[in-house]
Amino acid sequence: MAGKKQQGKRVLPGFGMTMGITVAMLSLLILIPLASILTYSFRLSLSEFWELIARPNVRQAFLTSTGCAFLAAVINCVFGLNLAWILVRYDFPGRRLMDAMIELPFALPTSVAGITLSRMYSDQGVLGQFLQKMGIKASYSKVGIVIAMVFIGIPFVVRALQPVLEKLPESLEEASEMLGASRMYTFRRVILPELTPALLTGFGLALARGIGEYGSVIYISGNSEKAGTQVVSYIIMQKLNSGSVDYEGAAAIALVLLVVSFVLLLLVSIVQIAAGRRTKG
Amino acid sequence: MRKECLKKWTASVMAAVLLGGCLAGCGNKDAEGDSDTVTLTNVSYDPTREFYEAYNRIFAEHYEEETGKAVEVTQSHGGSGSQARSVIEGNEADVVTLALAHDITLIEEAGLIEPGWLEEFEGNSAPYTSTIVFLVRNGNEKGISDWDDLIKEGVEVITPDPKSSGGACWNFLAAWYYADQKFGGDEAKMKDFAASLYDNVLVMDSGARGATTTFVENGQGDVLVAWENEALLAMQEYPDEFELVTPSISIQAEPSVAVVDENADKNGTQEAAKEYLSFLYTQEAQRLAGENFYRPTDEAVLQEFGDVFDLSVKLCTIDDFGGWDQAYADFFADDTIFDEIYNQ
Repeated sequence: MAGKKQQGKRVLPGFGMTMGITVAMLSLLILIPLASILTYSFRLSLSEFWELIARPNVRQAFLTSTGCAFLAAVINCVFGLNLAWILVRYDFPGRRLMDAMIELPFALPTSVAGITLSRMYSDQGVLGQFLQKMGIKASYSKVGIVIAMVFIGIPFVVRALQPVLEKLPESLEEASEMLGASRMYTFRRVILPELTPALLTGFGLALARGIGEYGSVIYISGNSEKAGTQVVSYIIMQKLNSGSVDYEGAAAIALVLLVVSFVLLLLVSIVQIAAGRRTKG
Repeated sequence: MRKECLKKWTASVMAAVLLGGCLAGCGNKDAEGDSDTVTLTNVSYDPTREFYEAYNRIFAEHYEEETGKAVEVTQSHGGSGSQARSVIEGNEADVVTLALAHDITLIEEAGLIEPGWLEEFEGNSAPYTSTIVFLVRNGNEKGISDWDDLIKEGVEVITPDPKSSGGACWNFLAAWYYADQKFGGDEAKMKDFAASLYDNVLVMDSGARGATTTFVENGQGDVLVAWENEALLAMQEYPDEFELVTPSISIQAEPSVAVVDENADKNGTQEAAKEYLSFLYTQEAQRLAGENFYRPTDEAVLQEFGDVFDLSVKLCTIDDFGGWDQAYADFFADDTIFDEIYNQ
């Protein structure tokens, strides 16, 4: 009923008030801070701005941040789908506990996560020593950055998929099997298309979170310019923490980061819409 | 009907904005306090936590004896640079006790501290000092005794990134001063020295605490270049795991203190704040600083700690680099010496 198109007066009361609060909160919490980033970065002249963004360490940091966040988001889609699947489809002891644990990466302060992960995955650590034997250096490398981003991004994918999976009628699969489809075929052609929009939502959220991540990444990355393990948020903090506080430079890099994230999220939305059309059509 | 809706809508927006404004306004704290209790806020940096906890107790006793008023000190700790920024951005500190004079200069430039604070208290307003030393693993397998040993092949060094950590700049400057003495000011050789030193750096953390974690907890590297007070603290926490090596040459790090005049005047705490800082120079407080691994500036008290600190180390000061601002511009700003040697 709520979805019905209406003429004149709205059926649901309270539109004016809720919209007012929304606009006020949006301005206070999002629009005004974003505008101040804009004004700060516009204090740089265009050539200064360009020179800063084109610096090798800044360019490298953008590659590292977006590359690692992309990889982490892909990994999260695979594991997140698997996780959501067992949480929704099977009943087993400890299921609720596991379900509650999914949100822990949100609750934990990111620097605590970062320090813990860097320790576990260092070549002396509980997990890192096995990776070391396989010739993989986890902490203080890009592998470490991806690990941290997987950690912080996994809840997005799981929580985006769960409600959709729950609503997916089992009759769909039954029908598919009755019609002679193999299990793999059912998964690929029946289940996955239904899940794709939600999966992309989770992917986009995990990607965005990874690109801007600071706390959990800096302890495990090693922040080496030579090894290319500095992330964008680290470069921004360099501008603010170092001997000469450079708000303009920090804001300029943040602005580019925002634009990059926005474009990536827009691309995800476009793919999502296309995918949605396909399943409905 | 449409018009009415719009009117309602506008009214609601304005109500919400006003509500937001009220909430923000309520955040302003009442400047007037209880007249019998003075409240001070001390914004400091990470490793001073234990020291100021103890110091606040003895200061409260002293202040009550002198004036009959109780004093309550609120502490805040964090990275020195970000603490300075928080004061500039409105954290109402009455006094700041930070890692570098430069961080206080930033607050001065924001107009919150009157010029001349550096001369307000003795010794560049640094009641205690520290220096840069090496922490090595027990047994000192790589035989590290001086800066020279850090550039040997196979030695893995842990030191934070001077581009993001003010404290780490001192590590670089200490090494640079050593090279300066060794090569008699031959800049090309000094740059080579610094380049091979930073070639050996295994992990470059964003701050001193992170570097200590990497070396101590995560077992990375052979030697940690660290502030003496942090190194001694790590040795106290993990007895028999580390050894401290004091190089022949190092730098005198001066963590400075200052009254944040603007806030202190507003809170009516100017006098208490001054007393809080000058009491740091009494023998009692100096001894406390020594116990917390900071070098006391009081010569007599310093001698009492002769077995804790290696007093024979030759120390340069930031003045040898023309002051902090000059040093920063010469070495750590974009495309200056550090970028040059690191990207060689």
